[in-house]
Amino acid sequence: MNATNATNAMKTTTRKRSNAPIFWALFGAGGMLSALFGPMLVFITGIAVPLGVVLPKDTMSYPHMLAFAQNLIGKGFIFAIIALFLWHAAHRIFHSLHDIGIHAGTGAKLLCYGLAMVGTVIAAYALLAIGF
Amino acid sequence: MNKRRPYVRSMDGWWRKNPFFVEYMIHEGTALFVAAYAGILLNGLVHLSQGEAAWNVWLLGLKSSWYIGFHVLTLIALGYHTYTWFKIMPRTMPPVVVGGQRLSAWAITGSGLAVAAAAMAALLGLVWGMAR
Repeated sequence: MNATNATNAMKTTTRKRSNAPIFWALFGAGGMLSALFGPMLVFITGIAVPLGVVLPKDTMSYPHMLAFAQNLIGKGFIFAIIALFLWHAAHRIFHSLHDIGIHAGTGAKLLCYGLAMVGTVIAAYALLAIGF
Repeated sequence: MNKRRPYVRSMDGWWRKNPFFVEYMIHEGTALFVAAYAGILLNGLVHLSQGEAAWNVWLLGLKSSWYIGFHVLTLIALGYHTYTWFKIMPRTMPPVVVGGQRLSAWAITGSGLAVAAAAMAALLGLVWGMAR
């Protein structure tokens, strides 16, 4: 192919933009958020509160959590944590499939990112149902 | 069926043969715990949106020894994720040049871990302050 043909080919074919940066950005954001807060969140919700240690016993009582989820900042925090954790994990698991000998095709991609999307929608729906 | 049966070396357990890859698989594997924890929180959020009785069912469930044990494992996994996230960071972010010198890998990892420690302390303090 000579130079003129090459230029023409470039003009006529519209290249499909990759969607990878979107998934990578979600992966990075979720990875950063979980690296900064993840261990402490797990300690609070999964260990300190159920065992009644370190924090007051009613830390996660219904009135407290309802007020937190109705607050705009609280809502945003809950949504970011759940959605970005899911997108981070989905991306990482999807890209690890090849490493454990599973062919990561379109189906696997749909399953991984699809589950993250379903979780995101459920979280958004629940947060809207809780009200403001 | 092809009569030729070319020898294809099995890739089973390839990562177990090299400590570098074992570490890689473990830090990628933390994503499973991130996903599971996001699922637990999402389940809690849905219960919260269904009212006080539903929320208390979820809260009581967290007290089961299975959940506590799982959260201890998740705490370890997410703690390891935090460590590896910032350990890898010098290779995942563009080089930072300070005073004509490239910032060393340990400076990046160290400051990342310091920020994470501060973020987690702030989170615990904030939750404690809101709950009392």
